[in-house]
Amino acid sequence: MPDLPPPILSPASTALHMGAAMRDLSPAYETTAAIHLDGLTRRFAAGGTLALDGVSLDVAPGEIFGIVGRSGAGKSTLIRCVNLLERPDAGRIAVFGQDLLALDEPALRAARRGIGMVFQHFNLHTRRTVSENIAFPLEIAGLSRAEIRARVAEILPLVGLEAKRDAWPAQLSGGQKQRVGIARALASRPKILLCDEATSALDPETTAEILELIRGLRDRLELTVLLITHEMGVVKAICDQVAVMEAGRIIEQGRVFDVFTRPDQPTTRRFVAEVIGHSVPPSTIARLPPPRAEEIRRLAQVVFAGPHSTRAVVSEASRDFGIDINIVSGRVDEIAGEPFGVMALAAYGPAAAVEAGFAWMRGLGLTVTEIEA
Amino acid sequence: MSWLTPTMRDLLLEALWETALMVGISAAIAVVIGLPIALLLHVTAREGLSPRVWINRPLGLLVNAARSTPFIILMVAIIPFTRLVAGTSIGTAAAIVPLALAATAFLARLFENALHEVDKGVIEAARAMGATRLQIVTKVLVPEALPGLIAATTVSLVSLVGFSAMAGAVGGGGLGDLGIRFGYQRFMPEVMASVVLILILLVQGLQSFGDWLVRRVSHR
Ligand SMILES: Nc1ncnc2c1ncn2[C@@H]1O[C@H](COP(=O)(O)OP(=O)(O)OP(=O)(O)O)[C@@H](O)[C@H]1O
Ligand SMILES: [Mg+2]
Repeated sequence: MPDLPPPILSPASTALHMGAAMRDLSPAYETTAAIHLDGLTRRFAAGGTLALDGVSLDVAPGEIFGIVGRSGAGKSTLIRCVNLLERPDAGRIAVFGQDLLALDEPALRAARRGIGMVFQHFNLHTRRTVSENIAFPLEIAGLSRAEIRARVAEILPLVGLEAKRDAWPAQLSGGQKQRVGIARALASRPKILLCDEATSALDPETTAEILELIRGLRDRLELTVLLITHEMGVVKAICDQVAVMEAGRIIEQGRVFDVFTRPDQPTTRRFVAEVIGHSVPPSTIARLPPPRAEEIRRLAQVVFAGPHSTRAVVSEASRDFGIDINIVSGRVDEIAGEPFGVMALAAYGPAAAVEAGFAWMRGLGLTVTEIEA
Repeated sequence: MSWLTPTMRDLLLEALWETALMVGISAAIAVVIGLPIALLLHVTAREGLSPRVWINRPLGLLVNAARSTPFIILMVAIIPFTRLVAGTSIGTAAAIVPLALAATAFLARLFENALHEVDKGVIEAARAMGATRLQIVTKVLVPEALPGLIAATTVSLVSLVGFSAMAGAVGGGGLGDLGIRFGYQRFMPEVMASVVLILILLVQGLQSFGDWLVRRVSHR
């Protein structure tokens, strides 16, 4: 790594001058967030583009927070800032109120033990068995052999690997390797788990298993999880909150259910469409009958969420506004236990009636997006 | 086998012993000195654990200088140094000095390559877990590179067998020297043939043993 510029002067580093006692007593930030990122900026090459362009983010304790974005959006750079594998050029990082950028090397190493990390390519030691891999963080923390043995025995069943304790990583499937990775990350009892594309090298079934495991461990161990992914399916499966990144910025953020049912930004819509599958093939649109004389045809995608997700919206609109509605496609789904439906509708009728019908639907809180025919 | 008189047999055995001594001792020295040099080169590299250009550059140049000097010239060029270390400039002990020097430079580079082959991800994981630099070197870098380090040592042992034959030039003795003196100068092709055969077997044996050891320690 090239020489890094010193971190900008943060409140805690000014506190350093006020004496050690002061520093120890006062947390760096008045924040209830487990992870607090403020204005992170990172530029790799002088004159190059910003990998991080002022990213601010709060992850509440106990939350599973997902960050999605296309390749190169800056997701890895961001998550690597949380344990300072990557140092931002500017900004603040607080983990449970502790200002990481103000720590010296030994203190940073200690802080890192409280932050577990799981990697896309597992990054296991090839010459250590499953047990020895899990023991690694405990060994470097200086625990005794007996303590290490006890802790490894405790954690193996959590990830369902008792039978593989003496296997070499090369003898494991991808899913099993990631279980070892997770066990290793959790060995030193961290309160935070960082997952950098933890399931991107796995098949869909194994992905589901690993995600379920992470969710279960979050509940049992009261972890806070920050995970990055380029698959919206991962977010849909386990996240509570999601942020969408593009070109080093967070462009949209919110509760997963809200972002899925009411995406705001075009990039978010494309991501959401991956999982929800709103799009109607052009050949289907071409086959729809044209409107009669004096009438219009409007294609729209309607997302039903919340209290109206089970209401007979289509027949009500058809009856009350005198329009014909052709359901081109539709499905119901569930995100985080909340039901929602997605439909592609073709509405036929006098222009004013169609507009009024759509306006009425919007008035009910449904998300109506017109599809260009 | 009329040429294989007891005297000739003793000569062959003695030569084999001298070769083993030259190869074994210089390889041992090369490993002991070459590994720290390789670690230093690796760690101080621009993308290394603690980049130090002012260490990396000169050290790299020194290693390359030793490596690019033809062995026969190196051997003659360092005679004063040899005399200082071994107390003499001829004989098996004297041959070991240039052999060890050449092997150290050679092995340092091979070791550095082996360290370079270690998956960066494992290093990163260790950093994320709060490992110190020393722990990363001793508990990750070297253990993960071990199969590569053994393979590199095997390669240099084999090269050393060849170089040690040249060491006959400074009266180092050994199989190469025997082959030249008896097989060539006294025109005893049987001696030459048996020397070559022993050398082939020696190299084969070393290579097979090295390969076996690599297989044993790697779990890929
Ligand atoms: N070590 C580095 N040196 C130079 N540029 C880098 C480095 N790491 C990342 N970048 C650049 O920073 C930008 C963001 O990279 P990053 O790896 O954070 O993206 P990402 O969202 O994780 O992408 P992916 O989904 O492909 O993993 C990219 O333009 C990348 O080329
Ligand atoms: Mg990435």
